[in-house]
Amino acid sequence: MKVTITVNGKTHESEVEPRTLLVQYVRDTLGLTGTNIGCDTSSCGACSLHLNGESVKSCTLLAAQADGGTVTTIEGLANGDVMHPMQKAFMDNHGLQCGFCTPGMVMAAIGLLNENPNPTEEQVRIGLEGNLCRCTGYHNIVKSVLACANEK
Amino acid sequence: MGGSILGNRVLRKEDPKFLTTGGVYVDDLLDEPALNGALHVTYARSSVAHGLITGIDYSDALLMPGVVAIFSGADLGLQPQPSAYNPMATRTLLAMDKVRYVGEPVVAIVTETREQGEDAAEAVIIDYDVLEAHVDLEKAMASTNLLFDACGSNVVFDSMVLGLPDNTGDAYFEGCEVVVKGRYINQRVAPCPLEVRGAAASWGTDGRLTQWLSTQHAQGAVAPIAAANGVDAAQIHVKTPDVGGGFGAKIGAYPEELLLGVIAKKVGKAVRWRETRSESMVGLGHGRAQLQYVTIGGTRQGKVTHYQLWAIQDSGAWVDMGTILAPFMTRPMSSGVYDIPNIECRTTSVVTNTTPTVAYRGAGRPEATAAIERAMDMFAAEIGMDAAEVRRINLIPKFLTPHTTVVGQTYDVGDYETSLDKALVAADYKGWREKQKARRASGDPKQIGIGVSVYVEITGGVGNGESAKVEIQDNGHALVYTGTSPHGQGHATSWAMLASEQTGIPIEDIELVWGDTDLVPIGTGTMGSRSLQQGGNAVFAVAAELVNKAKSVAARLLEASEEDIVLDKDAASFHVAGTPAVSKSWADLAVAEKAAGGLVHSDVIGVAGATFPFGAHVAIVEVDIETGKVRHIDHTACDDAGTVLNPMLLEGQIHGGVAQGAAQALMEEVRYDDDANPITSNLADYAFISAAELPSVRVVHMETPTPINLIGAKGIGESGTIGSTPALQSAVIDALAHLNVRHIDMPTTAEKVWAAVQSAR
Repeated sequence: MKVTITVNGKTHESEVEPRTLLVQYVRDTLGLTGTNIGCDTSSCGACSLHLNGESVKSCTLLAAQADGGTVTTIEGLANGDVMHPMQKAFMDNHGLQCGFCTPGMVMAAIGLLNENPNPTEEQVRIGLEGNLCRCTGYHNIVKSVLACANEK
Repeated sequence: MGGSILGNRVLRKEDPKFLTTGGVYVDDLLDEPALNGALHVTYARSSVAHGLITGIDYSDALLMPGVVAIFSGADLGLQPQPSAYNPMATRTLLAMDKVRYVGEPVVAIVTETREQGEDAAEAVIIDYDVLEAHVDLEKAMASTNLLFDACGSNVVFDSMVLGLPDNTGDAYFEGCEVVVKGRYINQRVAPCPLEVRGAAASWGTDGRLTQWLSTQHAQGAVAPIAAANGVDAAQIHVKTPDVGGGFGAKIGAYPEELLLGVIAKKVGKAVRWRETRSESMVGLGHGRAQLQYVTIGGTRQGKVTHYQLWAIQDSGAWVDMGTILAPFMTRPMSSGVYDIPNIECRTTSVVTNTTPTVAYRGAGRPEATAAIERAMDMFAAEIGMDAAEVRRINLIPKFLTPHTTVVGQTYDVGDYETSLDKALVAADYKGWREKQKARRASGDPKQIGIGVSVYVEITGGVGNGESAKVEIQDNGHALVYTGTSPHGQGHATSWAMLASEQTGIPIEDIELVWGDTDLVPIGTGTMGSRSLQQGGNAVFAVAAELVNKAKSVAARLLEASEEDIVLDKDAASFHVAGTPAVSKSWADLAVAEKAAGGLVHSDVIGVAGATFPFGAHVAIVEVDIETGKVRHIDHTACDDAGTVLNPMLLEGQIHGGVAQGAAQALMEEVRYDDDANPITSNLADYAFISAAELPSVRVVHMETPTPINLIGAKGIGESGTIGSTPALQSAVIDALAHLNVRHIDMPTTAEKVWAAVQSAR
């Protein structure tokens, strides 16, 4: 089937299998491998990206469901060489180690602040419950998100 | 002269890539020409835990869309291979006669797309004569129903084969005023790196195999890959892309990875393989899995005089690295931080019909620490003494020259009491004891628990040195080659700091090369918290040698004596002492040396031995005694890893370690039913710890440098896990101490806590 999806500002018309997941479309069809796959039960959030401005786990959606929609992935966040404030906050606060959860974590964190621009530490922790990280113990991820919120 | 870059909070060089385009993990190698048109490999796995294979039928699967080929072990002519740790145990890389755990690979399917492989795997029919499966360690030990007949027993390793004595039982404690016994389960957990296993393989026209591997140790994979393919090691080129975490489970190469070259040769095309998370939960090695019988004895005044530990290690269904962690990591550390004059420790490793066990963050030391710390708590409870005070009485006094414990392990330096004091003060231990008292008096269902642990561990015990090479390019930038293998630790930044300190070249102009066995043939990889003290140390030493080499080149160019040449680190250039106006840059020297083979130095730098970082953790929990729910509300970690290179990275290691320790203490457990069917085989069922279950961590700095290496550093990668686990477990039990609860096995889930409260009432 044919889908038309605008990804990181560029509109793509692609032929996909009906069962193609949005994450497979982004990675395999478009070659945007910044978005990662960490599980098969929608538990880890490594595949989080923005669909029509909202953070979603792209393994829980079919590409067909994004037909006509607008997608932003980690590759579409920075403005040229200027990082998005959330990317910068993760860099400044050592909010990443192996980097595998990072794209999804950053996208989910931006989604979190869109919904709640001034969260408490507890709200950040609960808000990121669906994004798993094995390296950082979340300490510096939470710190990064709070730092980004305070910058605004 | 600017100050040293060492010891500073330097941001990571590698982060912009990870944050803007993402890392390039093995599954992201879309632009790799050698993998153009690569086929996908999927493994059909055993669905029974223990059984004889009576038939394999893949005729229907061969007809499925996109299927190129299907291979059983017989089709590939696989031969049994002995275990490195007990040669009587043998297996084939695909199970042929017998399966020994759910998830063991049996058939390899090659398809055009990955999805086609998953479909075809479901159409493969494997028939079994099901055998009785072992989950219970003690039953497996006693059984004549064996996993490996040639071993003659399910016990595949015992410390007694090393000539060490058996434990002598209760007689050992005659004369002790107080004797306390425990049976502790240090449960099986899943390492769960966020990136699962993946690899790709391609034969070149030169007859060499290139294998991309998500690994902690590329150089270590060369020999097993060569053996699996029946070629010389020189024919193998392993390349490591970015690696999304390892935690010990990616040290060794697995059957699914070792077979890719064989399969690629059969189909005449490059192949890729990436497991699913559900496969990873049963295929990637597990950690811990020890049953411990502990007896501790001493005086009513709190002096521990006798300690006895029998550690029964679950090897799972293969004699892998997990087998030898108990004798070679747990046993040497059985004395912990304590001056105990009499210790007996025996270890027994047993195979069961479960996923094989391997190293997992701490690898044998968390088990040793958990045993002695839990025993200390039970001893303290028995004599009615404060847990921190009992520890203080028994600590080995501060030592700055080597100290050997009664089990024969020599520690480099230690100042355990200071770490305990620092942690207690920072945590406000006294304040929490007051709060706990008040909570108990009020009868609030939410009770406070306080746990203290003091630990010492082995780091840099793997390998006795590391390779390093520093090469100056024509533009004056440096390439640093290392045999360590970063997968989150930040070596690109840390090794650049060390090379910059010696050469004056700014870290922006220093790039790290690792994990490519053609470019770095010698390397021991990243494991056992060895990287900085061995790999970083080697970079530091080799860069210093390169500066000496550069001075001789500069002397020649400046027509001066070598002794008169100085390196101006701020300018990253060389001049004759007293005449800085005439100088030669690194670029000048590199260009001048080009004809002579370049400005480069490489060496393997040895270290004098392992180091023994130590520290103390204080964990605070709130336990709802009506529901059993535990909340981890505060955590203090004082970890002494010697001289600190980059405090930001050190803290990151501690934070991550604490989370993994808390995960084991409170939540995570790999579970099987009585027939050894896994029941936690995906991330929906396995209780992987999240941000919502953790507090922020209070890190208290302490630095006691080691004399073992040039930079004074000890390892920090695993300390956080080793210190936090017993502190958390102890805190949960402490919250229920007034109800006379003395022990709850990990993980201290709501169900177990509630049951403990009920049975105590």
